[in-house]
Amino acid sequence: MLNLVGLILLFPIIGTAINGLFGKRLKKETVGYVACGSIGLSFFISVLVFCGLLLLPPDARLFEKQLFSWIESGSFKAAAGLQVDPLSSLMILVVTGVGFLIHIYSVGYMHNDKGYHRYFCYLNLFTFSMLLLVLSNNFLLMFIGWEAVGLCSYLLIGFWFEKKSASDAAKKAFIVNRVGDFGFALGIMLIFLTFHSIDFTEVFNAASHGNFGVGSFTVTVITLLLFMGATGKSAQIPLYTWLPDAMEGPTPVSALIHAATMVTAGVYMIARCNVLYTMSPFTMTVVASIGAVTALFAASIGLVQNDIKRVLAYSTISQLGYMFLACGVGAFTAGIFHLMTHAFFKALLFLGSGSVIHALSGEQDMRKMGGLKHHIPITYKTFLIGTVAIAGLPPFAGFFSKDEILLESLVRGNFIYWLIAAIAAFFTAFYMFRLLFMTFHGESRVDHHVAEHIHESPRNMTIPLMILAGLSFVGGFLGIPGASAINNFLAPVFGGHPHTEISGTESIGHHSEGHPYLMMVISTAIAVAGISLAYRMYVKKPEMPGRLAERFHLIYKLLLNKYYVDEIYDVLFVKPTKIISIQLWKRVDALMIDGSVNGIARLVGWFGNIFRHLQTGYIRNYAFYIVAGCIFIIVLTVFGK
Amino acid sequence: MSVPILTLITFIPIIGVFFILSIDSKRQELIRVTALLVSIVVFFISLPLFFNFDSHVYDMQFVEKLRWIPSFGIYYYLGIDGISLFLILLTTFITPLSILASWHITKNVKEYMIAMLVLETGMVGVFVSLDLFLFYVFWELMLIPMYLLIGIWGGPRRIYAAVKFFIYTMAGSVFMLLAIIALYFLNYKSTGEYTFNLLEYYRLDISFAAQFWLFLAFFLAFAIKVPMVPFHTWLPDAHVEAPTAGSVILAGVLLKMGTYGFVRFCLPLFPEASHAFIPVISWMAIVGIIYGALVSMAQDDLKKLVAYSSVSHLGFVMLGIFAFNIQGIEGGITQMINHGLSTGALFLIVGMLYERRHTRMIADFGGLTKQIPVFATFFMIVTLSSIGLPGLNGFVGEFLILVGAFKSRILYASLATTGIILAAVYMLWMFQRVMFGEITHEENKTLKDINKREFVILAPIVLLVFWIGIYPNSFLRKMDASVNHLLKQVGDKANIVSNIQIHNKPEQLQGIGVPKIDIVPENKTEW
Repeated sequence: MLNLVGLILLFPIIGTAINGLFGKRLKKETVGYVACGSIGLSFFISVLVFCGLLLLPPDARLFEKQLFSWIESGSFKAAAGLQVDPLSSLMILVVTGVGFLIHIYSVGYMHNDKGYHRYFCYLNLFTFSMLLLVLSNNFLLMFIGWEAVGLCSYLLIGFWFEKKSASDAAKKAFIVNRVGDFGFALGIMLIFLTFHSIDFTEVFNAASHGNFGVGSFTVTVITLLLFMGATGKSAQIPLYTWLPDAMEGPTPVSALIHAATMVTAGVYMIARCNVLYTMSPFTMTVVASIGAVTALFAASIGLVQNDIKRVLAYSTISQLGYMFLACGVGAFTAGIFHLMTHAFFKALLFLGSGSVIHALSGEQDMRKMGGLKHHIPITYKTFLIGTVAIAGLPPFAGFFSKDEILLESLVRGNFIYWLIAAIAAFFTAFYMFRLLFMTFHGESRVDHHVAEHIHESPRNMTIPLMILAGLSFVGGFLGIPGASAINNFLAPVFGGHPHTEISGTESIGHHSEGHPYLMMVISTAIAVAGISLAYRMYVKKPEMPGRLAERFHLIYKLLLNKYYVDEIYDVLFVKPTKIISIQLWKRVDALMIDGSVNGIARLVGWFGNIFRHLQTGYIRNYAFYIVAGCIFIIVLTVFGK
Repeated sequence: MSVPILTLITFIPIIGVFFILSIDSKRQELIRVTALLVSIVVFFISLPLFFNFDSHVYDMQFVEKLRWIPSFGIYYYLGIDGISLFLILLTTFITPLSILASWHITKNVKEYMIAMLVLETGMVGVFVSLDLFLFYVFWELMLIPMYLLIGIWGGPRRIYAAVKFFIYTMAGSVFMLLAIIALYFLNYKSTGEYTFNLLEYYRLDISFAAQFWLFLAFFLAFAIKVPMVPFHTWLPDAHVEAPTAGSVILAGVLLKMGTYGFVRFCLPLFPEASHAFIPVISWMAIVGIIYGALVSMAQDDLKKLVAYSSVSHLGFVMLGIFAFNIQGIEGGITQMINHGLSTGALFLIVGMLYERRHTRMIADFGGLTKQIPVFATFFMIVTLSSIGLPGLNGFVGEFLILVGAFKSRILYASLATTGIILAAVYMLWMFQRVMFGEITHEENKTLKDINKREFVILAPIVLLVFWIGIYPNSFLRKMDASVNHLLKQVGDKANIVSNIQIHNKPEQLQGIGVPKIDIVPENKTEW
């Protein structure tokens, strides 16, 4: 069954080709069937491959399939090869599974769009690229997937390209990601230079058995460079600014690419390279710190945003921060576990918000919502489940995964990590329930003519919501402390490396017997506190937020304007680059370089002009020159010596 | 050795010229078709070069050698190896497309097509010549039709641009001619034989001082042609004024003569001098990459933007060549092809826009995707190829170059990699301003999407863009033997002289250790 892995990639790319080349001439239904069908088949094969992997004994769960040799130059060899192991098999299930649901949802959501086939062509291409990213068995092929998902993100953010804000956001996403990829590419080169290979298995073997000690300078540089790529793709400080803007894309895209899958690529990559990362405590500290700070930073911005999708976007950044925090303290399993549950509930929340936006004819401002729970009950109920899941109430999915991260950050990290993460968890519960209350509860603030058209979404949109709600409910049981299925499953990937300072993954048991349950109580209390504050502020006393905003208007303004980071980047990077480029062109290129080229030409002309006067055409002048010359020579020969 | 393929592809265009001469100049359509057919025939004849090329040997293949002017030791000596193979194919591939892209030319069609075909002869001749005299003849021959193409069929400032192009290139070439003559006598001094045979010259043992000056002379000719910053200012002018086909060929093939010259002549003939120049040229290349990209960003004329992007891309090629290792040089050669394809295609696309709107100002466009979606798709693919998106051709070349540069010096590669970020900035910004947004100009609301002729021009390029991106090995394999041999030549020679000449700078020789060329110093990295 494992041999079928190539098909997982094949179906989406066939879908892309069909819809890309012939989509315009096909009927809408056909386009939809092709797109969903290809991902559905891909999901089916993924399940088969997953089962195939389960049938193997745990320590033999690694299957590689070389497709062809891609780039070969001297000792540099990059193959097009695929790899199935617990980590990648989990990822393909998430990507194709959630992807399939979002494809179905899109059929309903994008129904009236003129670019219907173009949309599905891109979406299929995205799924292909994402699968390539997680299935590749070497760094360079992974890099293809890495950049290709970036391309699809670019195309889909800018899907409504007539809108300037959309095409701006698309460009921003691509360029910011390129900055990260700059690091990633250099990292790959340094890996090649250090290990003479870019193959995962070879590199990791060489790293753990070679003469690289923990804290090796080269490995630290490599991991930092790779992490730079991750901060771009997974929207972490300092490269997170593109993700909120990416909400310009269609909402299902935000769900699939900018919440469930693509943005988690950085976490996946670090988990994949866990051997290298654990060898560099310094990098681990950097990863954990950036993750923790991002989690808090983004959550604080999320507290005051009014655009429903932007709140979710900042929430995504914040949740990704948690995953990095987990990886940074060495709890890779916790990171991947949260990646998975987050994929469920965040996809659900985005699709739910899409359903709201759909119902309100495109309105995204929460100040113009309210009281929707009776109008769109299915959306409301599923959204509620998602909100509870992300806020971290037991027994929903987010509770288990986030709780594990909190616990690990304390056990393996330190109190400060835990504190930051706990505050961020409080914020999360608050802003998510603020969102829920503002949107679904209270008085309706919907415009009148919009209010007339409020309707529940069609079945092809609500069914994916229900399935995702189900997953958000049960997903957490995979990682119940003590009997964690996901822990055991991923252990071969993350466990037992020679250099692992903080070795193994099943730490909970022996590190601290009593802690897990105490921690659960604490984190539940944190969530409840956040929720009740949101309840007080947005249901009980709706006038309170305004008063608070006035009283702390400086902080409020700072948060509302996202700490002015975009503006700062603009002053620091964008404007200077533009000025430099214009100055280089006008002053250096046109004036100096071309000026001197033309100057030389003019100089030649000038000399020519001078000597031209010698050519008078009069014989008497020439005779004079001859005589003068003769005299000069005679004088020279006679008196010269 | 039965069919003289190289002679055929070099001179069939000239035969075509005679055909066209015999056609009445009023029958424009017939002239165009004839020229196109001739160039297509040349392309098909050149295909066996690819398929019958023996990738296991580094020796020159498809060799033809005849006496030409025996009293001076001048031969008609043609042959190719894995380095020139692809440049020839690129030339025979680009020429028919350029002719097809010139269908709208109505002024002096006969003369135009003749110029195109003569140009093809000149270009192919440069790449196949193994006799330096012959090489120089083709090198100069090629200038004339290009000069005419710009000067007669060009834009408003065509005379200025044509003269600048011609004189600038000539100025460089003169030094090269001097150096060739010097080599001629050097060879006589050491072997007692007068010859212009390049392969004989390869065996020469030239003192470092002589190498230094000869290298400089060749360097000047090639650096202008590439062009390397600061010798580049003729390029934007030439591109902006040239007709579309002129720009395509200029970017696609002519610029490659500079980089090809470095690989074919400078490296193997003057290995120690080349070595000594690594820092200079690498820095020039890096400046070119970043400077070209930044200046490109500031442009408001599409053609100028693409022209400056060429400066940046060719900087990558130079960096790769002067990395002195297999990845760098193979990447450099691949990137020459890639640049020919993507930048050629970009000029074609700009030309198509110009034909429709008679403007190249970015501000005159905007929102075109809505009106011309198929065109937009092609434009997007080519743009992405130009910014080196993995999976497309540009990435393979750039990445190999950077790997090569990284091996030789990490600082160079790190600086050059910033060029990849900048490329995304200026290309995507341009694309956004031209293709995205609302249509703001009335004239753009009636634009017609791509027609069949244009489709036929762009489709093959896009196919190659994908082919090289997805399966570059079919190209890289054929370069291996030649590039390895080149590195061995350079390594061997550099080592012999290094003991005497530049013993005080041993670190410059790192990475070209003799028998094994592809050595990575274990755990020792020069930052």
